[in-house]
Amino acid sequence: MIRRLVKSTRDTVRDINEKYAVPQIPMTRRVRFALGLLRGYLVLLVGLIAYKFVITALHR
Amino acid sequence: MNIFSKLYYRYKKAWKVIRLYLIIAGPGIIVMVADNDAGGITTYTATGAKFGFHLIWFLILLGPVAYYVQEMTVRLGAVTKRGHAEAIFHAFGSFWGWFSLLDLVLTDWLTMITEFIGMTAALSIFGVPRIVTVLISCTVMAIMVLQGRFWTWEKVALVFCGLNLIYIPAAFMVNPPVDAILHGSFVPQLPPGGFTNELFFFLMANIGTTIAPWMIFFQQSAVVDKGMQEKDMAWGKVDTAFGAVLTVVVAAGCIVLTATLLSGQDINDAATAAAHFMGINKYVGTFLAIGLFDAGFLGAICISLASSWAFGEVFGWAHSLNNNLREAPWFYAYYFFTLLLAGTVVMIPGAPLVLITLFVQVIAVTLLPAALVFLILLLNDEKTMGKYKNTRFQNIANVSIVAMIIVVSTLYGISALFPNMLQ
Repeated sequence: MIRRLVKSTRDTVRDINEKYAVPQIPMTRRVRFALGLLRGYLVLLVGLIAYKFVITALHR
Repeated sequence: MNIFSKLYYRYKKAWKVIRLYLIIAGPGIIVMVADNDAGGITTYTATGAKFGFHLIWFLILLGPVAYYVQEMTVRLGAVTKRGHAEAIFHAFGSFWGWFSLLDLVLTDWLTMITEFIGMTAALSIFGVPRIVTVLISCTVMAIMVLQGRFWTWEKVALVFCGLNLIYIPAAFMVNPPVDAILHGSFVPQLPPGGFTNELFFFLMANIGTTIAPWMIFFQQSAVVDKGMQEKDMAWGKVDTAFGAVLTVVVAAGCIVLTATLLSGQDINDAATAAAHFMGINKYVGTFLAIGLFDAGFLGAICISLASSWAFGEVFGWAHSLNNNLREAPWFYAYYFFTLLLAGTVVMIPGAPLVLITLFVQVIAVTLLPAALVFLILLLNDEKTMGKYKNTRFQNIANVSIVAMIIVVSTLYGISALFPNMLQ
């Protein structure tokens, strides 16, 4: 039963990925810039969280 | 036509407008009042105790900020008939879609835990055990969604929104100094001591509680589930504006309460403030505790729905409150799963509840900027929005607000990670 559930979830996720494979918003310069900035922001933030995690782990 | 006929005609016309508004009213008021959730009430009570009446003007300024952001979700939902999660998948593809959905799920779940913390702390003042609070809350929430009509759910939620206004009579009961309140409300000023690191942290916390990621997802999905059309947009905006006024009034009520009776004290949470009030004036303490419970309850019903709607939209499940349990089993299963999971964590002895509260602030800042940026980009897409896309003025206002929220909420999140940063 679990195997069937995992398989059906995997199939659903694959269908969703196929359905939304192509972004529908026109990729203008402004959109590309905003998404690029967002990526940079998230990388920075995740980096900070990871740094905090490592520091906390080392202090323990 | 004599004067009585004219008056009667005007009365009928005004009553018709009010009835129309009452039909449309809902998502805007609910999301705005639920914005004053357990975390929000805690922030306001701590602000009032620490800085007195000096920052009420700042809260008044945050009303339009919340309105401008939430108004965009009304337009986007009414035009696209898609919730925010589905709109992100559709417009920006699956990478940003999954990122937003999974981040929303995590943020919402952690925030739900903080709502349960607020609810259990509030009722513990009356000696109600945590397990009883969690079970009663979950049962009421289950009854609200399982009756099978969005309209009924919405009107019951509006009753709980009305209960949130309990802070207003409570504020009047403590005989606050009216001149100090008016001065603090309409004359922008800094508290004695000037601009300190502590003040900056409190300002950030107040901005941080004004806009949360779940609010964007919730209101857009609610607009869609309610079936609002483009022609209803004006009423949706009125609804949101009215909600923004209520949220500011309730926040000001909290500040007035603690500024009047607990001025200069370090209050870390609203439940502690309520317990203090019990010793001073038991009616005010009771009101504050009821208000805190209601705030947590409102937050929990909205946040759990925001995630369930988002999952339903993306996974293609039936996901309307107009569907019954048989018609939308996965939607309700997910809803109850998140509720019970959050409620269970609060009941675990020794659960790291403080750490969870801290984590909410950190994780929320990874989602909020993304949700806001997507919102602005979608509202500027002519293909999606047609004549309802942002005007130049709306863009100037919205981009400035969004940029300010992103900077401040990021600083708030980082200062939660590195508390010594501001010292």
